[in-house]
Amino acid sequence: MLQIANLDVFYGDAQALDAVSLEVAEGVIVAIVGANGAGKTSLIRTIAGMNRPRAGTIHFRGQDIAGWPSFKVCDLGIGQVAEGRQVFPTLSVAENLEMGAMLPRARAHRERNRDRVLSLFPILAERSKQAAGTLSGGEQQMLAIARCLMGEPQLVMFDEPSLGLAPAIVQDVLRTIVQLNKEGLTCILVEQNVAVSLKIASHAYVLENGRIVMSGTGGELLGNDKVREAYLGM
Amino acid sequence: MPLETYINVIIGGVLTGLVYGLMALGLSIIFGVVRIVNFAHGEMMTIAMYVAVVAFSQFHLDPLLMMVPIAAALFALGYVMQAGLINPFINRPEHSQFILLVAVALIMVNLLLIIFGPDAQSVQTSYSLDSYEIAGVIIDATKAYTGAAAVVLSAALFAFFQMSRTGQSIRACADNYTGALVVGLNVKHLYALTFGIGAACVGAAGSMLVLLIDVTPALGPGYTLLAFIIVITGGLGSMPGALLGGVLIGVTEAMAGLLFTPSAKSMFSFALLVIVLLFRPQGILGKATR
Ligand SMILES: Nc1ncnc2c1ncn2[C@@H]1O[C@H](COP(=O)(O)OP(=O)(O)OP(=O)(O)O)[C@@H](O)[C@H]1O
Ligand SMILES: [Mg+2]
Repeated sequence: MLQIANLDVFYGDAQALDAVSLEVAEGVIVAIVGANGAGKTSLIRTIAGMNRPRAGTIHFRGQDIAGWPSFKVCDLGIGQVAEGRQVFPTLSVAENLEMGAMLPRARAHRERNRDRVLSLFPILAERSKQAAGTLSGGEQQMLAIARCLMGEPQLVMFDEPSLGLAPAIVQDVLRTIVQLNKEGLTCILVEQNVAVSLKIASHAYVLENGRIVMSGTGGELLGNDKVREAYLGM
Repeated sequence: MPLETYINVIIGGVLTGLVYGLMALGLSIIFGVVRIVNFAHGEMMTIAMYVAVVAFSQFHLDPLLMMVPIAAALFALGYVMQAGLINPFINRPEHSQFILLVAVALIMVNLLLIIFGPDAQSVQTSYSLDSYEIAGVIIDATKAYTGAAAVVLSAALFAFFQMSRTGQSIRACADNYTGALVVGLNVKHLYALTFGIGAACVGAAGSMLVLLIDVTPALGPGYTLLAFIIVITGGLGSMPGALLGGVLIGVTEAMAGLLFTPSAKSMFSFALLVIVLLFRPQGILGKATR
């Protein structure tokens, strides 16, 4: 579904990604593991068209989308649950959801998708008139996921969806991701909770200083001594 | 002076102030969304005023009717300016944005000077001397029409931003730029629309203002400044604040003209700004920033 080859990304002179190559097959969860500043968010933003790569290709369903503007990338069905949630704080919950459905691909199915995400997250229906900025962290995360689903994505990139959430809610969020994946959604998952993300991922890549240093099935990496030492604290 | 004189002058100030408010609304919308300070705001309004003057003197078209096509033309000008000129500067430092827009303003003033010369021009409509008398209060007909038009247009803008999906999308861009990119909004297009809407506000306000004052090319910078004073007085980022600020400045100017001399009116507008900033730095309807 997604093939990335030799991607280089720079901020000024500082290189954030160095010859990154990876592949995401249809219907899987792929985990990206890496320390703070490794380049995980940069990778996601580059796929999403929010950063321009200096070199490399990003093929989505056979089309090279490297350097495309974000609104075109989104309309292909590549959604993002961004780092820091990025909800619209002064817009109501309902308006936030509407904004997720502005993509040409999703406009026609707005009602159906709204019903679907509200049955997935009933709390958002209760809060629909409330300004998104007044929601709790967990509710904002649900809103970010729901808003993303309003765009009918086929691939969703989750960037630290559980950051700052209480453990019980972390479980909810991860369970939701697994559930969505079972319904056919392809996922890229960046998650600080490395053990869990490797458990639910069918494939995983380890990113260090902008380079992919290791990859394998989730199980392989879970069993790898270096990974256990560096990311699982064992 | 009899009480009626004060009331007449205050009402005149309110009505003129509504037109100022519409002009300032344009500045406020542009700043609130695109985060660009339009230093060419008054100059763009002067362009609109000259278009209205020419339409009237050459084709006898009433500025109140021309308001619509002029607003549309300024919308197009604003859209093109943002899409072609300002969008590439969005992520540059503020001083280069400043220089860009000041340059645009200078070019506009001098183009107007080349085309129309420095002399003042004005529009004399058949109703320019009409007035209404309601309960002993005399209301200038021209000011009543322009004030009403300013209110209608402002209300339409409020409705657009609250109710239409495009208006909501523009608010979303203002709320969270990254979030707007994340959901796949075409931010550059929406910015250009916003600048176009802001420019349409000055276009409409300019066509109204030719009925109230004479126009010269040198008018621009003064009105840019006036728009700033109004927006800051009313509260940066607040749409009702821009209208309220416009009304307060309109009344202040009118009272200064009545009690002192019309040439002192700017002084009193600045005094109002200073007083508001002293007691409410965020402006009257502005929200305190974190
Ligand atoms: N806008 C930016 N300008 C300059 N440098 C940046 C920018 N964004 C990220 N970087 C740098 O690029 C590198 C990769 O950052 P990135 O945010 O992609 O890391 P990350 O893996 O997502 O980290 P975290 O786990 O902390 O979210 C870091 O060194 C960071 O300082
Ligand atoms: Mg990150």
